[in-house]
Amino acid sequence: MKALSRYLATPLVLIGGLLSFGWLLVAILAPLIAPYDPLQTIQPLMRPLNSGPNGEFFLLGTDMLGRDIFSRLIWGAQTVVIYSTLATLTAYVFGLSLGLVAGYAGGRTDAVLCYLANVVLSFPVLVLYIVIIVVIGASPLNIVIAVTFSSAPAIFRIVRAITIDVASRDFVNAAITQGESTLRILFVDILPNTTGPLAVDFCLRLGYTAITIGTLGFLGLGLPPPTPDWGGMVNEGRGMAIAFPHLVIFPCIAISSLTLGLSLLADGLREVNDAKERQA
Amino acid sequence: MSLGSFLMRKTAIAVATMVAVSFLIFLALEVNIEEVAVKVLGQYSTAEQRAAWLTQNGYDDPFLIRYLRWLMNFVTGDWGQSTYFRAPVMEMILPRLAASAVLAGGALLVIVVFGLSLGVLAGMRPGSLLDRVISVISVVTTSIPDFASAVFLSGIFVFWLGLLPGASTMISGFSLRELILPVSVLGLYSMGYLARVTRASMVDVMGTHYVRTARLKGASLSRIVLRHALRNALITPVTVIMLQLPWLLSGVIVVEVFYAYKGFGTLLYDAALNQDIYLIEACAMISVLVVVVSQILSDLIYGWLNPRIDLGAKA
Repeated sequence: MKALSRYLATPLVLIGGLLSFGWLLVAILAPLIAPYDPLQTIQPLMRPLNSGPNGEFFLLGTDMLGRDIFSRLIWGAQTVVIYSTLATLTAYVFGLSLGLVAGYAGGRTDAVLCYLANVVLSFPVLVLYIVIIVVIGASPLNIVIAVTFSSAPAIFRIVRAITIDVASRDFVNAAITQGESTLRILFVDILPNTTGPLAVDFCLRLGYTAITIGTLGFLGLGLPPPTPDWGGMVNEGRGMAIAFPHLVIFPCIAISSLTLGLSLLADGLREVNDAKERQA
Repeated sequence: MSLGSFLMRKTAIAVATMVAVSFLIFLALEVNIEEVAVKVLGQYSTAEQRAAWLTQNGYDDPFLIRYLRWLMNFVTGDWGQSTYFRAPVMEMILPRLAASAVLAGGALLVIVVFGLSLGVLAGMRPGSLLDRVISVISVVTTSIPDFASAVFLSGIFVFWLGLLPGASTMISGFSLRELILPVSVLGLYSMGYLARVTRASMVDVMGTHYVRTARLKGASLSRIVLRHALRNALITPVTVIMLQLPWLLSGVIVVEVFYAYKGFGTLLYDAALNQDIYLIEACAMISVLVVVVSQILSDLIYGWLNPRIDLGAKA
């Protein structure tokens, strides 16, 4: 706690925290703070800070279908927060449990799982996504599946390495001698010891996942329209960006500030971990 | 363990990986033969046409037979016909691969020059103002998605300053000016990462006893860095450069699509949009091959730079 409060005092982590939790707050409060319906057509291609025919005020302008960009950004925050979190969590469920099993069991189980992880990890991430999306199509659920498939092996590797380390400690041997069940040893004795490094990784991975969902949207392979999605907004506005730069600039600022916030936060957590280790 | 047997072992692992990868790709794209027929013949083909095409092209055989035949064809250089572009896949991929190599090569140059030097500058005096500034820059550049930095850079240099072209179609022949923006976007992303790795490694080396000895002898900072620290500090970063290739390949797709650059990335992208399965299969195989080969190279470079490491011991 002391390390945390000391670290929060540094400006970078403060900025990271403000950006991440700020967007989280925006996502939760989207229905309250968005001035208009993100799917409603009002007046096409209004520039920022202009007013519509019936006195509507467009802070960030409107897109080519006449939808308020400010409202779409706010609802887009909800989209990215929901799907990034969901996808990262499912990836964790698989990566974590397989990593614990492989690290604890060792031997052939470990060898097979490591080989499979290596196979998946030898795909460049975007190529893997493209293949998966071509096969199963672009839908919210399928994007969660694609992220799980490609992130779980990396989580698996981290958890496996920590498990191997922790499993050799005395308290685990004591638990085995006491006759505790393997499941209990894995989840009650070993798992809590992985939380430090995993918290850092979770923040980073949330950021990667947000980038991935944005990139897929930018490529037109992401969440199907008219879902308010930052990457998709860039994709739709790209053709008219020369005349109407506001179509693409604001969604890009939104996604960059979110991913930057998450990596600053991850940096902060890492420092806290290192400080703890130095003390121990 | 000798270099020869090290290479043999690494190659064997790489081949095993490629076999599994090829199986996965084939399984994903061709296990459902009805869909294969729809993708090849189009949505408006009749059921009879599809059935006839499937029989003609050996799709009535069991899955494993089809996989082995496909794999043999792939290894011997028969990658099939692109259904969308109506041309042999191999002839389409090779020139695009060369074009992307130019792009990735330029990006690597940027990454190496700026990543290494920024990292060394930051790690020379950990905690200094310069260190902080460089660290912030590296976090920022690695956190921004490729497509967003492409938008930002184009906004500044194309629309605002009007200095650079906003696309790199290379329509009127090869143009260095058109390469600047795509290369910068690709470079920015990996550069920050390399700078961070270099900084960490540099900080470690600057804290070792032999560097302290050099300092106590009264050697200047520049001499310590250039003569003593650098050689050891660069081992890890140089190895990491090769491992950046998979990221670079993902970035290449985004950047090529953004700047309409006719390379491997846009080819894979067009293949995906048009459900051109034979082209996708080959593109996916090639990109994994690039990754696997770069991993072997990275191990080799590591062993070569650091003779203390026994190549056989760390497999």
